[in-house]
Amino acid sequence: MRGRDFIRLSTSAIVAHRMRSFLTALGIAVGIGAVVLLTSVGEGIHKFVLAEFTQFGTNIIAINPGVTTTHGVSGAVFNTTRPLTLDDADALRRIPQVLGVTSFVQGNAEVEHGKLGRSVTVFGAGAQTPDVLQLRPAIGRFLPDEDPRTARAFAVLGSKLRDELFGTQNPLGENVRIGGERYRVIGVMESKGQMLGFDLDDTVYIPTGRALAMFNREGVMEIDVLYDPEANSAEVAAQIKRILIARHGFEDFTVTTQDDMLETLGGILDILTLAVGALGGISLVVGGVGILTIMIISVNERTGEIGLLRALGASRQQVLSLFIGEAVVLASLGGAAGLILGVGGAWLLGATIPALPTHTPLSYVLMAELLAAVVGLTAGVIPARRAASLDPIEALRSE
Amino acid sequence: MIRLTGINRIFEVGDEKVHALNDVDLDVGAGEYLSIMGPSGSGKSTLLNLLGLLDRPTSGTYYLDDVDASSLSEDERATLRRDKIGFVFQFFHLIPRLTAFENVELPLTLAGVEPAERRPKVEAALESLGLMPRAAHRPEQLSGGQRQRVAIARATIMDPPVLLADEPTGNLDSASGSEVIDILEELNHRGITLLVVTHDEALGKRAKRRIHMVDGAIVEDVQQTPS
Repeated sequence: MRGRDFIRLSTSAIVAHRMRSFLTALGIAVGIGAVVLLTSVGEGIHKFVLAEFTQFGTNIIAINPGVTTTHGVSGAVFNTTRPLTLDDADALRRIPQVLGVTSFVQGNAEVEHGKLGRSVTVFGAGAQTPDVLQLRPAIGRFLPDEDPRTARAFAVLGSKLRDELFGTQNPLGENVRIGGERYRVIGVMESKGQMLGFDLDDTVYIPTGRALAMFNREGVMEIDVLYDPEANSAEVAAQIKRILIARHGFEDFTVTTQDDMLETLGGILDILTLAVGALGGISLVVGGVGILTIMIISVNERTGEIGLLRALGASRQQVLSLFIGEAVVLASLGGAAGLILGVGGAWLLGATIPALPTHTPLSYVLMAELLAAVVGLTAGVIPARRAASLDPIEALRSE
Repeated sequence: MIRLTGINRIFEVGDEKVHALNDVDLDVGAGEYLSIMGPSGSGKSTLLNLLGLLDRPTSGTYYLDDVDASSLSEDERATLRRDKIGFVFQFFHLIPRLTAFENVELPLTLAGVEPAERRPKVEAALESLGLMPRAAHRPEQLSGGQRQRVAIARATIMDPPVLLADEPTGNLDSASGSEVIDILEELNHRGITLLVVTHDEALGKRAKRRIHMVDGAIVEDVQQTPS
């Protein structure tokens, strides 16, 4: 039989029972729609979370004190580990591929101006911090590049802090008191918004050396190394390790490259996408059972037709293919409708709830349609085998 | 054309054996017109199914056009059936969702004939049976006689040498019944081998050769002298 005739014959029964076919295909449509929609949401969240983390630039290596396998501020809570010091940071500056090194200290302190006061997050930072955070001063300038131990008492305000303390007034050149010490405001950062619930604008940046003294700490919480984007991150990380091991005697710190972090995170998010996709898959299975049911009914109703086809010289194989073809066409039509449903739903969701990002890659769409066809194939096999194995004489007698 | 030797067909119903055909020998030449008659359960339908390659004998040999059909595989018999045998049924067996044209076209479609080649053949077949104005109608929109004519057009579209008719008028009024018989006899005049299974004495008598069956055996085989 020729391909086009095969499709036409397979489709004719579907068209003849419009209502029944529509409802059966609807089951598959809902299943595929759910798979596409849920994986779109999963993939959207994947992208969103990765974007949140990469907003700090991708060519950064973070060094934290203590040996931990997960990324995070472990702090110098382990007494056996030597703290990371400003001298360590200086030593790393000598690696040729390194563009800048920033030492971070973070704490809370009261910032006062006139009669207004506000408790905010204080960052001990250096001249390279804007590069690491991908954050620029909106007005004024950032902390100058000077020896962190003898740095002058300059402060750069986060945009929210500036609004709270100064309102519409120009804060540049004004004095504020941070933790009881006098600082002069030399800049205000642009607004960055929140990241994972942490307000990046309700902050103040002061030189690291001064922050260490303010919080009475020996070591910094994190050293961020900004390296040449052309350079190999693993190579730079190896050099950092060598230098720090030489200084500390053994590896009592953790080096995390951005690549490591994104890889771990990406792996977790992939599982999330897979899990929500599998959830949608349940409804797809239900849709497949619907096709199975309707095909069994169809074979029973069309026994006479099957007998006739055999009498006209159709082989068992042809009868088998015709019924499988019918199930596949039914499922594929449902699948196509489901794609529209899923992609449309994802788009609508993204449009109405901007906070919930969705993303539908083309490969998912193609795979979903293929999946629908496979469901049809699987559901069609049992009824079609039944049709093919009918005795033509019995089948012809059934009418 | 057809040669049956020592054909037995035994059905097993439960633990009982039913001898549907009992040592049947039959020779049919090309272009013959045969009627097979007999009471219900006499084995005439079983014989027709055997001749139509829908069934295989328990023992015995069946030569169709010098091919030993009893030794063929399922698929080979399907091909032989397609090319050599046309069926006309009591209940027409048209596919309800296809038009008259598509129903007639079906054997060609199954055989994989090009659409360009199919169209003129189907049109000619419909034309010769006066069905051209009804080509786009579905079976439910046709009268009984028209349905059976569509079925005949379908049975003959592959130009088979043998036409098997099982009670072709059984479901028709007498007017359209005789119309259908005229068409079948006309086909026989043009050389097709025609076998008609029927209960109807009048119809059976029209055949040049009459076979009477009782209890799975041929008890009478009369060649009618041309009058």
